[in-house]
Amino acid sequence: MKSPPFEYKRAEGAEEAAALLNELGSDARILAGGQSLLPLMNLRLASPAFLVDISRAGDLKFLHIDNGSSGASPLHVGAAATQRDVEMSAHTLRVAPILAEAIANAGQVPVRHRGTVVGSIAHADPSAEVPAAFLAQGGSVIAQSLGGRRVIPSEDFFDGVFSTVLEEVELVASVRVDEWPEGSGHGFRELSVTAESWPVAIAAALIHITDGEVDRASVVLGGVGSTPLWRPEAEAILMGSDAGAEAIEAAAEAAAAGLEPPSDTFGSGAYRKKMARVLTRRALADAAERAGAAERAGGKQ
Amino acid sequence: MNTSSHEISLTVNGRAVEATVESRLSLADFLRRELGLVGTHLGCEQGACGACTVLVDGRSVRSCIMLAVQADECELRTVESLAPGLAMHPLQDAFHKHQALQCGFCTPGMLLRCLELIEENPDITDEEAREGISSNSCRCTGYQYIVDAVVEAAEQMRQ
Repeated sequence: MKSPPFEYKRAEGAEEAAALLNELGSDARILAGGQSLLPLMNLRLASPAFLVDISRAGDLKFLHIDNGSSGASPLHVGAAATQRDVEMSAHTLRVAPILAEAIANAGQVPVRHRGTVVGSIAHADPSAEVPAAFLAQGGSVIAQSLGGRRVIPSEDFFDGVFSTVLEEVELVASVRVDEWPEGSGHGFRELSVTAESWPVAIAAALIHITDGEVDRASVVLGGVGSTPLWRPEAEAILMGSDAGAEAIEAAAEAAAAGLEPPSDTFGSGAYRKKMARVLTRRALADAAERAGAAERAGGKQ
Repeated sequence: MNTSSHEISLTVNGRAVEATVESRLSLADFLRRELGLVGTHLGCEQGACGACTVLVDGRSVRSCIMLAVQADECELRTVESLAPGLAMHPLQDAFHKHQALQCGFCTPGMLLRCLELIEENPDITDEEAREGISSNSCRCTGYQYIVDAVVEAAEQMRQ
């Protein structure tokens, strides 16, 4: 099908986009890569009256490593940076390899040529790869409105299926992905029926090991709830452990405990819950191996 | 109903094009209806099948989920650019030789995606070709003949 009619506006910068959102109200949507929004419009599942295109906004097309004042150097991704550019960037591989791995699992290369990392996070599909990886590594969302900018921690951003705490008059200008210290490792696992279909379940995990002991851990599940789910119970089990098979199995069990995933044609709720446990175990094993290797080498992953 | 129209100027297959397009017109429909370049096929119209793949500034994209107005100032290549005269492009020759098409519906998009793969990676292997074309659906060939054609075309194009 074809999209219903709408009025198209091109914003040359973040402030112009915010001014347009302010002026046009709730009938306006931000268009970046359009790889989720335009299919929804072609299917007539969405019919905004206005699209505000930020894909050419000069001040939103960037990807770099910030020099943080506290010594940490987060990866900073502008709202017009495409998934493919972020996926292939040496900056991403250095600071957030889990994000590169998540993107590689998301959509197809031609879709990633236009789709954006920030767009995927703002779209907040609970079974999407990029939000899960972003939440697992942690960071912040920089929201732009006419009045200025505010910073939203990643753990506060998602609040429901396709829903975030963003106000109607705000757009996401960029996201920062925190840097983890040396000795960290990540794991990203997903199960999908075919390489091209939506994930049944996703596990994204990071751990940091000092002197053979886990002193920081993060476990996030996708596709099993209304948002990407942060699993502090699993992290608590890993803390202080050696990240061995036993600790990982216990953490995976804790990660899946209490889940009530939805059922659909790709998998029942019970199957998703079981796979959440399996994928968490595998993601943590990858993370432990990489963290251990990083620690032994005295460098990063 | 809100709508808007926009002046765009772009290059299509080396030719400068200026047009006025309605906001909701997809790039695929612009190519087919306004420019008559009907080699670009429309399958699913939701970005899944890849039949509408064209190259925008050298990169493969789904033209069904890109707006024509977004192609303003871009350089486009469609399947019509592959063989401007009577002689086929080496990739088309290889598709012909290996029977890498039957009904032909996916072929235009498949050819452009394969061209991009070969240009990025002139020594492409079977495995890389198989992974690379996973972006495009073909319901006839079972893909193996396409993989064979891509690898042979890459060999031809290296020479």
